[in-house]
Amino acid sequence: MLREYIGKQSEKIKNYVERGAVRKFAEAIKDLHPLYLDKAYGKQSRYRENIAPPTFPITFDYGTIADLRLPDKGLIHGEQTFRYERPLLVNEEVYCWMEVNNYVEKRGNNEKLGFLFLTKHGENASGKLLFSAKQIIILNEAVRREMLA
Amino acid sequence: MKPIADYSLNGNLTDIQLAPVTRLDLIQYAGASGDFNPIHTIDEEAEKAGLPGIIAHGMWTMGNLSKLFTPYYDEGFIEEYSIRFRDLVRLDDVLTLKATLLKRVQDKLYFEVIAVNQGEKIVVKGQVVFKLYT
Repeated sequence: MLREYIGKQSEKIKNYVERGAVRKFAEAIKDLHPLYLDKAYGKQSRYRENIAPPTFPITFDYGTIADLRLPDKGLIHGEQTFRYERPLLVNEEVYCWMEVNNYVEKRGNNEKLGFLFLTKHGENASGKLLFSAKQIIILNEAVRREMLA
Repeated sequence: MKPIADYSLNGNLTDIQLAPVTRLDLIQYAGASGDFNPIHTIDEEAEKAGLPGIIAHGMWTMGNLSKLFTPYYDEGFIEEYSIRFRDLVRLDDVLTLKATLLKRVQDKLYFEVIAVNQGEKIVVKGQVVFKLYT
């Protein structure tokens, strides 16, 4: 039963806002602002550095929660929220981890659907929160069977 | 360009219409994001999953939608950005991105943001809180 994962956390993983990764990400969403891409522009900005696009934290490694194996296929992304203290800066280190906040099952049109509520956290080296990201992942019966197998 | 701080309630930022979604867009996003779920890139895998064909990553649409605010980064930043994924985005869909100012509380501007497809159907909907520098 997936409810037993509620409250479980992953270990912290050190990530790095890599300049090349920010460029590739900005290019993939065709958001080519010099504040993301141009070094000189970043230096002259209020941040004295380039920043990452707001959805960039989707690229980070948030560690794994013991025994919780989310399959690569079949997950449905229901909702996504990002909350920032400030934009993320190129070249900064971000320590990322996640936790399971809730799990509920509701009857859908054809089958019972599972709703997994995850909160992801990005902190600086001293543990100060930089951003948090909440996700609702929808798990259909086939995915749940695979996870519990 | 009109400063974002000068918008009045129910004012709309300038819409952005995206080019039709291509497979290459989604392959590029898979690589940049690390999300290689094959329903976004390989027809057979999408069909096996019961889909009418490959679909865009929800995060691809969410990432694109945030572009509405990029021109205003000298005035503030996106403090909060939340999205509900409501409908599939398929190849050749033409999305239009829209933002409407719903309320202002001190230095925070609350926008409703949506992406609609060529059939005027809302595919993602959510909120951006844009925090002005003071």
